[in-house]
Amino acid sequence: MNVSVLAIEIPYWGQSLLRVLGGIVAVLLPAGTIVYVFLFKMMSFMQSRLGPMEAGPYGSLQLVAEVGKWMQKEDLAPEKADHVIFKIAPVIVLSSTFLLVAVVPFGPDAWFTNFQAGAFYAMAVGSVSVIGIIIAGYASANKYSYLGGLRAAGQLIAYELPMVLAIVGVVIQAGSMNLQEIVVVQNTGEIFGWNGVGFPFVITQFVGFGIFMISVQAELTQAPFDMPIAESELVAGYMTEYSGFRFLIFFIGEFATAGVFALIASVLFLGGWGVPFAWFDWTTIDSVDDWMNVVGPLIMFSKMMLLVFVIMWVRFSYPRFREDQLQRFAWKVLIPLSLANIAVTAILKVAV
Amino acid sequence: MVSKPRVPGLLKGLGVTFGTMMRTFKNGANTVQYPHEKESPPIRSRGVIALHEGNCTACMLCARSCPDWCIYIEGHKQLAPPRRAGGKPRQVNHLDRFDIDYALCMYCGICVEVCPFDALFWSPEYEYSEPRIADLLHDKAKLGEWMETVPEAPELEAGAEKKK
Repeated sequence: MNVSVLAIEIPYWGQSLLRVLGGIVAVLLPAGTIVYVFLFKMMSFMQSRLGPMEAGPYGSLQLVAEVGKWMQKEDLAPEKADHVIFKIAPVIVLSSTFLLVAVVPFGPDAWFTNFQAGAFYAMAVGSVSVIGIIIAGYASANKYSYLGGLRAAGQLIAYELPMVLAIVGVVIQAGSMNLQEIVVVQNTGEIFGWNGVGFPFVITQFVGFGIFMISVQAELTQAPFDMPIAESELVAGYMTEYSGFRFLIFFIGEFATAGVFALIASVLFLGGWGVPFAWFDWTTIDSVDDWMNVVGPLIMFSKMMLLVFVIMWVRFSYPRFREDQLQRFAWKVLIPLSLANIAVTAILKVAV
Repeated sequence: MVSKPRVPGLLKGLGVTFGTMMRTFKNGANTVQYPHEKESPPIRSRGVIALHEGNCTACMLCARSCPDWCIYIEGHKQLAPPRRAGGKPRQVNHLDRFDIDYALCMYCGICVEVCPFDALFWSPEYEYSEPRIADLLHDKAKLGEWMETVPEAPELEAGAEKKK
């Protein structure tokens, strides 16, 4: 297949190289931006302070300093830890993030892999990080880590379900699991014959969107769902024994995954990379102009920032759930609600 | 009892953090950027203890009342010229050493309270941390330098009993 970006023919190997580089950028750039803009600055402003100000203009190079600090720290492992598994665990967590971004489309041709079952794949690899977290807690030979790992397992499994079920509504409505096609359906759709904004699924699937964002919050173990790393009870949960470079990987993984889940949410519910096709008289994905390959990622990035803003806003505002409240909320509220959402969506899809 | 729906409270919580963020954007933070700008400490702040050497008689009251035993005083008796012409020379305590170990001091202020001759004063100065812990032992000369930073005694409150 020949793809031309801005009227330049790129051979297949070139495209593959671009996609690998793009994948790294798509994981690390959002992670760095999120950490600086939200974790350093927004949290500080919400607490009426300025945050880091010394490293670079307005502290913008603080992250570089932090990474340098972590890189030069000793890579400790407890004596009784299972060393191989202990060292693999953070890599598994981060690799699930890279696997997750592989399915996100950024433009008509700017995708990494164009899976037919993209939504299914995203949910499947998204839960790989659970394994990394459990074995990180288990291999640390530390009761706090162990408890943190178990709590993470319970929580992530509990919130994986409503997340998958929330997506089912979108999949039913779009009639496809391919994320690219979901984007096209949203941008070619029309609301009662008016095609000014396309038809982002958040309009009909607002219940699913809410459930999805809550589940993402829990899946990322961000407050109020941060029981696995509750510092007042478990030191730092499964991350207790990690230091230096491996802690850095966990840290990047946490915020990169926040970015990637926000990207997936924007694809599924907010119209993804596309602008309403009617604006430029496009009809199908093949008629989309090439410049969307450049503008698309920017649109995705701004939507991601918007959603991550909401995630972080909630994180900085609410206190932590108790463990039983957390489980009850998932099993007794979110899952029945998402099942009802699926039923209603399916009935309306067939009836209308 | 039916509990009220929690959603309005949740939204209110989001509003508080967002409002604080916008206020910080507009009016600046409540904090100051410490090494560049400093807040003046409140009056009667306990920063460091200054020694007015001329008033000290090496009576050892402060050293004995110090809970941490962080004041070290050495002195010897010597003869001073008489006050009036033709009088006998007076015997006075001469202060040889007066050290306060700020690595031990817990800033209780008992030494300042107990001093009968007003030789010890609180100064609000607080920036005297040292890379080496031994340097926190301030000797007579250094404690004397702190006297420059001692503020004027604040006005007595209305109705306060005046010390004679």
